[in-house]
Amino acid sequence: MAYSAPKTASNSGVIESAQAVLGDLIVETKDQADEITLTVRREGVADACRILRDTPGLEYHMLVEIAGVDYPERPERFEVNYHLLSMTMNRRIRIKVMTDERTPVPTVTTLWPVANWLEREVFDLYGVTFAGNSDLRRILTDYGFEGHPLRKDFPLTGFTEMRYSETEKRVVYEPVELAQDFRAFDFLTPWNGPEYRLPGDEKAEPQAAGAPSSAPAKAEAPKVTPATGAGERKDDKPYTTDHEDRKTAGVREAQAEARKPNEDKAAQHGGVKTDIDEPVPDSPNVTRDSGEAQ
Amino acid sequence: MATTHDEIDPMVADRQRGTRRVEVSVMPEAGDENAGDETIRNYTINFGPQHPAAHGVLRLIMELDGEIVERVDPHVGLLHRGTEKLIEYKTYAQAIPYFDRLDYCSPMCMEHSFVLAIEKLMGLEIPIRAQYIRVLMAELTRIKNHMLNLGSHIMDVGAMTPNLWLFELREDLMQIYEMVSGARMHANYFRVGGVHQDISPKVLNHIGEFLDNRLKLFEDAISLVADNRIFKQRNVDIGIVSREDAIAWGFSGPMIRATGIPWDIRKAQPYEVYDRMDFDVPVGTNSDCYDRFMVRVEEVRQSWRIARQCLQEMPEGPIGTADRKVFPPKRAEMKQSMEALIHHFKLYTEGFHVPAGEVYVATESPKGEFGVYLVSDGTNKPYRCKIRPTAFSHLQAMDFMMKGHMLADTTAVLGAMDIVFGECDR
Repeated sequence: MAYSAPKTASNSGVIESAQAVLGDLIVETKDQADEITLTVRREGVADACRILRDTPGLEYHMLVEIAGVDYPERPERFEVNYHLLSMTMNRRIRIKVMTDERTPVPTVTTLWPVANWLEREVFDLYGVTFAGNSDLRRILTDYGFEGHPLRKDFPLTGFTEMRYSETEKRVVYEPVELAQDFRAFDFLTPWNGPEYRLPGDEKAEPQAAGAPSSAPAKAEAPKVTPATGAGERKDDKPYTTDHEDRKTAGVREAQAEARKPNEDKAAQHGGVKTDIDEPVPDSPNVTRDSGEAQ
Repeated sequence: MATTHDEIDPMVADRQRGTRRVEVSVMPEAGDENAGDETIRNYTINFGPQHPAAHGVLRLIMELDGEIVERVDPHVGLLHRGTEKLIEYKTYAQAIPYFDRLDYCSPMCMEHSFVLAIEKLMGLEIPIRAQYIRVLMAELTRIKNHMLNLGSHIMDVGAMTPNLWLFELREDLMQIYEMVSGARMHANYFRVGGVHQDISPKVLNHIGEFLDNRLKLFEDAISLVADNRIFKQRNVDIGIVSREDAIAWGFSGPMIRATGIPWDIRKAQPYEVYDRMDFDVPVGTNSDCYDRFMVRVEEVRQSWRIARQCLQEMPEGPIGTADRKVFPPKRAEMKQSMEALIHHFKLYTEGFHVPAGEVYVATESPKGEFGVYLVSDGTNKPYRCKIRPTAFSHLQAMDFMMKGHMLADTTAVLGAMDIVFGECDR
């Protein structure tokens, strides 16, 4: 694969020699983008790291990084990734273990003192605990912070905000109050468009990965109201505009709406006060609010 | 070497109570035979978070025995802005400016790791001119970073003039930054697939003039301190770290090279066109603060060499990949071509999709190994972007590096570590 990123020495044979020394500690191996990932059993991570560090020929003697990742849909939702570096063999490797909120991961501070802060960070941001780490305090978040902010179910805006109170002459903490709702723009859906399935399409190859217009793996269903006639497709029939149901579905509803007497609409709009400022048709029969009309 | 605190950590207790404590009283112990003599207890003092020598918002809780440092507990995170969380909510292109704000002394080197990580996942190789421009700007950034660090290190241990001279060079480099990217600090210049815009021959000339004429000012400034007796007294044999310790504590960059290990990612795992560059990797012999200082001084000279080579060898050509699904078309092209307009629109709204997978890419930033661990789920936003700061490992070693040193050596050790909190706290 061509790229300009740093190129380590060849990783050929690393998986085999790792399997030879680690044996059944390894759950899964992966070689992707010239990087080796070993998924190991959780309780054996410290042993695996020690063996990888001390075995001649592997010599991963530096712990560079510990990174947590959260996958809420998995039974063991957290991944802890240890990135090791071998300066003598000029290689990198990633050790992966899975855990959940309750099960602690064995500490590697006994092997590398640098692991202390790295584990503290994973604990702080994800709530993963490390058995044997005697100094498992929060590190990046505020004193007295609650929650684990990098979990996927933790909102981006957080729960508390702080400001300097002029009256109290100190910094006060308050629940977050947003002047406008947090806006998450989802640019994925509107551009997918309808899928025109023509006979023979099933033989075509899937589109190249990375192309903006390809159907994304996790795209949600298009959020278009059925009334417009461009709703979800329920069948495999070719999508054509002259399909009778689709062509007339929206029209019929619109006509029905237009035929309603104005009083009904007034009751709908003016009678119930909603929090949405909806424009109301200009008609003498329609009043925005009973008070306003007089 | 071990940092485990066997007894109950007083600072832990303090934090649980939410108080700070500063014990500075000298109290006679009850039942002392010599009632007139005073027994001196250990002090616990706060260094920072607001301290001119703390290089930002570092809070060190130090236990002193007289003037000897017994224990240091660095409290970081006072500049934590949740960058990693924010990046998860942004498209890849929108996330690049966050990297400028990590290590704000060397912005382009931060962007470098991130764009390389994305390109590695996509399997994208960029045009050769873009690679040269990136290397040129990364080396100018290294010089810029070291100007600030060397200057402030010198000032922390008591000299004023070199700092002012080095700031002049830094200002020159800021102006080059502005000519190249339009911004003095937060450049947002490296893009996935290339760089934002080409460097005009006029600006390249200006960079050449800077490289030709300004090295003398740097050498003048360093000559004031390099052999200065006071400067050596403050730095030599301070904060010595053995090679084994440096590896165990995850040191990188000038910190590990000062111990004598010639580890430089630009040499060992070359990226972009570094394998074409002719430069040396300076190493220290004594692994003290003075060595770290001198390693950086030599690195500036080597960066100067690399930058010159880039200027000499830089070929003509495109500055971004021709893949229009990743890199936007030129403005002029958009006026003519509907296709180009569509590509531009799509790239600046939806952005590009990165194939699912995970990579860890580390580059040699001025401060050491700056890594990005990127997990993609195939959409237009990163699923997880873990940033590996250099300062995190270095600052953690503060405790064992300071043990037995005088309080005044703190500034020398900190200065030689080259800590920037934007990067450390993220």
